[in-house]
Amino acid sequence: MAQVMPDETQQADAQITVRDLTMAYGDFVIQRDLNFTVRRGDIFIIMGGSGCGKSTLLRHLVGLKSPAQGKVLYDGESFWDVDPLEQVRVMRRFGVMYQSGALWSSMTLAENVGLALEEYTDLNPSQIRELVSLKLALVGLAGFDEFYPSEISGGMQKRAGVARAMALDPDILFFDEPSAGLDPVSARRMDDLILELRDSLGATMVVVTHELASIFAIGDNSTFLDPETKTMIASGHPKTLLAESKDPKVHSFLTRGEA
Amino acid sequence: MVNNDREEISIQQSKISFTRPTEDTLLIRFVGSWTLQNGLPSATEAHKHVTEGSPVQRVAFDAQELTGWDSGLLTYLIKIIDRCKERNIQIDRTGLPDGVRRLLDLAYAVPEREGARVVAKRPSLIARIGADSIRVARGAMETISFIGEASLAFLTFLRGKAQYRRVDFTLTIQEAGPKALPIVTLISFLIGVILAFIGAVQLEQFGAGIYVANLVGLAMAREMGAMMTGIIMAGRTGAAFAAQLGTMMVNEEIDALKTMGISPIEFLVLPRMLALMLMMPLLVLYSDVLGILGGAFVSTTILDIGALEYFEQTKDAIAIKDFAGGLFKGAVYGTLVAIAGCLRGMQSGRSAAAVGDAATSAVVTAIVWIVVASAITTVIYNILGI
Repeated sequence: MAQVMPDETQQADAQITVRDLTMAYGDFVIQRDLNFTVRRGDIFIIMGGSGCGKSTLLRHLVGLKSPAQGKVLYDGESFWDVDPLEQVRVMRRFGVMYQSGALWSSMTLAENVGLALEEYTDLNPSQIRELVSLKLALVGLAGFDEFYPSEISGGMQKRAGVARAMALDPDILFFDEPSAGLDPVSARRMDDLILELRDSLGATMVVVTHELASIFAIGDNSTFLDPETKTMIASGHPKTLLAESKDPKVHSFLTRGEA
Repeated sequence: MVNNDREEISIQQSKISFTRPTEDTLLIRFVGSWTLQNGLPSATEAHKHVTEGSPVQRVAFDAQELTGWDSGLLTYLIKIIDRCKERNIQIDRTGLPDGVRRLLDLAYAVPEREGARVVAKRPSLIARIGADSIRVARGAMETISFIGEASLAFLTFLRGKAQYRRVDFTLTIQEAGPKALPIVTLISFLIGVILAFIGAVQLEQFGAGIYVANLVGLAMAREMGAMMTGIIMAGRTGAAFAAQLGTMMVNEEIDALKTMGISPIEFLVLPRMLALMLMMPLLVLYSDVLGILGGAFVSTTILDIGALEYFEQTKDAIAIKDFAGGLFKGAVYGTLVAIAGCLRGMQSGRSAAAVGDAATSAVVTAIVWIVVASAITTVIYNILGI
């Protein structure tokens, strides 16, 4: 993991840069003119109400959907302008936790977590088994190696999804609604896990969420997507946004509409 | 939500009456039980009272004799209120029960999002033809690019570099091979029986009943074995492939493969394609034999042809190239079934209904492709003299 030097410039600090991004399904524009930078080692929150395009933005960031306009740059390199082999090389540097876990249902948890290790490393099977057990233990699923995804609860599936996302010790981890559908304690534990992984691995985290508690607990930086104006209407540290944002939509979102 | 104040009259019909306490005020009185079970009056009468006669400035309600209500009353009120709003008529809700007032406030709390309601507009004929053409062209493009990707994956496999799990391959072999034997047995035997019957009726007239062996043997070996097996596999395995891949699409499992840099084509499509490519010729051979047995069964029981005689005749009638041609067709059909199943699965939308559509479409596509491929290969065999 790259260590960030304090005297590095803003530019060198940028791990992901989104420039003038427009997202659309066919002619239907979801969001336009998105501009933001995710700094190395930050936990970056993508927030906004339901249906504002948070998950779609994540699909653009992880290379599943190509932008209608604009660019997504990884370390200054535009993802959609390089050849497919280079794209795969970039994609291998990040891990993605999907909303439902998206574990491969025909494979055990150990096989789910171990697949990337089998494909991309020269480790022998027993080394892979040890690594898989470690990753599962890190997310609190020690001993569940031989379970199939359908045999464990939804919260456990999400955590197994995290274990799989960090199989290759990625530079960047993406989380799609990590705490949605979890009970308050599990949601809190998921937040702690994200914080802990960032601090210990030094990875950059991009988290799509609309859980206020999570946003304030883990966010270093954020962007707020608005479905009505179809663009981002605020960005910055969530607590700063709460204290300083004058936009009524942002304010009401961050205060559950109570203020 | 039913408020029954007076139980004994709660079943009475919902009634409504209109009065004008002053010149410009319309008072609407609700009487009886306004519930969905009791049926609801049409709102046209209310609309008439609002719009006709001397202009109404204000609408008030009286619910003193209302004995019960549920969302039926609410929809009725909303119809009246919306009509009044269009005409800038003031609405006085004080006469309504407290619960009704609160629910109305709730219903109007979030304004309808503009553009959310889809206006059902039928596009013109030309627009529809254009949209359909674009859809067909796009579908053809997707199919061609999918076949291209599958071919590339096959080349990668031949170079020994493909990323897939052996266990997927062996599981599919088991699923598409041994487990398909019972249905292939039944269908092939019966096809042999049917062919023999059709042939027997005609050939008996010329005293050439023994040629039933030629008919059944050639038909099974050259075409029917492969085609029937292909159609069985389309319904059995092709649909299963589409459903599996479609469900993986819904669960984001395919996205997870992509973001891990693993090609879903190599990982999921290739082992299925290989398994069917390998299993289909074997099943076809089995089907050929069963069909010939079916023909023999009819001949020995109805035509009084000895079993040995029948098999001698069959042996003379079919050359090895007939079998080989049929087996090759089988491999082609197997590949087509696998491609159709996987293609429709990968194209599946992200809902349960979409997975069902994908499975249906996989079977239809596979059968169409099989028949077209059959015609093409038959013409080619004819030219090559096979």
